[in-house]
Amino acid sequence: MATTTTAELQATDAPSGNFVRETGIIFRRQMRLNLRNPAWIIIGLAQPVLYLALFGPLLEPLAAQIGADNAYTFFVPGLLLQLGLFGALFAGFGLIGEWRDGVIEAERVTPASRTALLLGRIGRDVALLAVQSTILIGVGYLFGLRASIVGMLIGVVITVLVGAACSAASNALALTVKSEDVMAPILNSIALPVLLLSGILLPISTETGAPGWLVAISDLMPTKYIVTGIRDAFAGDLATAGLVWAVVWAVLLFVVGLWVGTRTFRKENA
Amino acid sequence: MIHARGLARTFQTKRGREKTEVVAVAGVDLDVAEGEIVGFLGPNGAGKTTTLRMLTTLLKPTAGTATVAGHDVASDPVAVRRSIGYVSQSGSTSGEARAGDELMDHGMLYGIARRQAEARGRELFAQLELDGMWARQPRTLSGGQRRRLDIAMGLVHDPRLVFLDEPTTGLDPQARANLWTHISDLRTKRGSTIFLTTHYLDEADALCDRILVIDHGSIVASDTPDALKRQVAGDLIELVLADEQHVSEAAAQLGRLVDGATAEVDGLSVSMRVPHAPSEVPGLLRSLDGAGVALAAIEVRRPTLDDVFLTLTGRSLREEA
Ligand SMILES: Nc1ncnc2c1ncn2[C@@H]1O[C@H](COP(=O)(O)OP(=O)(O)O)[C@@H](O)[C@H]1O
Ligand SMILES: [Mg+2]
Repeated sequence: MATTTTAELQATDAPSGNFVRETGIIFRRQMRLNLRNPAWIIIGLAQPVLYLALFGPLLEPLAAQIGADNAYTFFVPGLLLQLGLFGALFAGFGLIGEWRDGVIEAERVTPASRTALLLGRIGRDVALLAVQSTILIGVGYLFGLRASIVGMLIGVVITVLVGAACSAASNALALTVKSEDVMAPILNSIALPVLLLSGILLPISTETGAPGWLVAISDLMPTKYIVTGIRDAFAGDLATAGLVWAVVWAVLLFVVGLWVGTRTFRKENA
Repeated sequence: MIHARGLARTFQTKRGREKTEVVAVAGVDLDVAEGEIVGFLGPNGAGKTTTLRMLTTLLKPTAGTATVAGHDVASDPVAVRRSIGYVSQSGSTSGEARAGDELMDHGMLYGIARRQAEARGRELFAQLELDGMWARQPRTLSGGQRRRLDIAMGLVHDPRLVFLDEPTTGLDPQARANLWTHISDLRTKRGSTIFLTTHYLDEADALCDRILVIDHGSIVASDTPDALKRQVAGDLIELVLADEQHVSEAAAQLGRLVDGATAEVDGLSVSMRVPHAPSEVPGLLRSLDGAGVALAAIEVRRPTLDDVFLTLTGRSLREEA
């Protein structure tokens, strides 16, 4: 009855350390599902483009006041980080649906590495983010963004690192709480202060007239250093302390995010 | 194929500030031999899924040991996963994906090459009457088709041992009967060992060589369906009388069949459990006739698994299901 015999199947079953292959299978499956229903990708992209179109013009006359030559060269780095943070932070919602459909359990009962189950999903978020970032920069260019090519590349890499961290954390949170109703308030209570205190929309600095207490609080946000560093990179200042800090923080977030994510996915009882 | 000793699992749950312990499985011993179809029968919340999740390495036991398909679940979970198929209670595919893609990806996660996974998948679709469903989204499939797709997912790597958690729950009678055929085919055509859970008595009765009855996390009985039914003291004889005046006479005669027993009377109906009822009935009828007792009906019922469950636990399985 079986044209494919057990022996054949077991022969190809031999190399168990097939971590990269397993990550690729998960990644391709996720991409396929996302591209079949690209609504979320489009909504995720529409948001920063709307900011660019509807908020950008308000910044133009303020450029000198916030210490920028070009309002869009100042503004696009913030939008880039916003895309990296929030696009990926909400990616875990998809995992809850998959868990409810039994997909996560079905994948966990295969011999595939559980870390690969996470990395394939992070890979999806990172790939989408890279495409969205490129489009955002392209649209920014149409509005008048002028920036160093290398700087923009560095900016995108930093964004992707932060996005990967957020994706890992979000997927880990999703697997832990397994409920949209629990997850949504947690994410929203993180997202809003991060957005307001990172200087994504306007700089938070005493030089531009921000009150001291607000600056002091915002100085505690790693994302503030990251957005400042990306601005330096866009401006072509590649040797600033700001950029170094941005890279340090991005790498640190990436490592911590991955560590938390892997730990959660490898946990026996998740 | 499966050997478990003292397998137990407690969950910590928080209700408000209070932490409570839920004993889901309270120390289960079980052995399943190669080629057997064994059913885990118990009401909702009995601990069936939890036991299955421990045996399939999805959940760590809080106590006890288990060897599945020759490998220890705690020390070599990956080897266990490679040798078993698991069809979970909650399904296995995304509603939005394409059925065939899901099956191929699943096979590839077992290390099967893409082309082989596709060939194997198409073969399973044909065997499980899913022809033409390859490109369909699982959410557009009927309940029975979706369940067969889940089974195909569990079989894609040709496991020797298959776990099925409530394979027919929520299906209509026709789809259930159809699925039973496919499940028993697993053994007759591929020689698989099958461990399934169910809270349906007819399902356990129809499919299983052996039944483990589980209640409140413990196995309360383990035997063949027939032997379990024999444990219940005999068949039920129920007499329905034509009129009230002979009820006590009928009850007395029926009670005489077993030493020290009394028949139960409920309106016009008189009933009692009697070993080997079929051979007692002719004599009973003659003597009732002789005493002028007129019967409207007589019924002899073989014990059902529900009677078994009632005898073992004092509760009816039907009320829970
Ligand atoms: N993750 C969990 N957390 C807390 N309690 C659980 C969990 N999983 C199962 N239980 C509890 O364990 C008991 C057994 O559940 P389960 O094994 O799913 O039963 P069955 O499959 O027989 O219906 C139930 O009381 C259930 O509420
Ligand atoms: Mg269950």
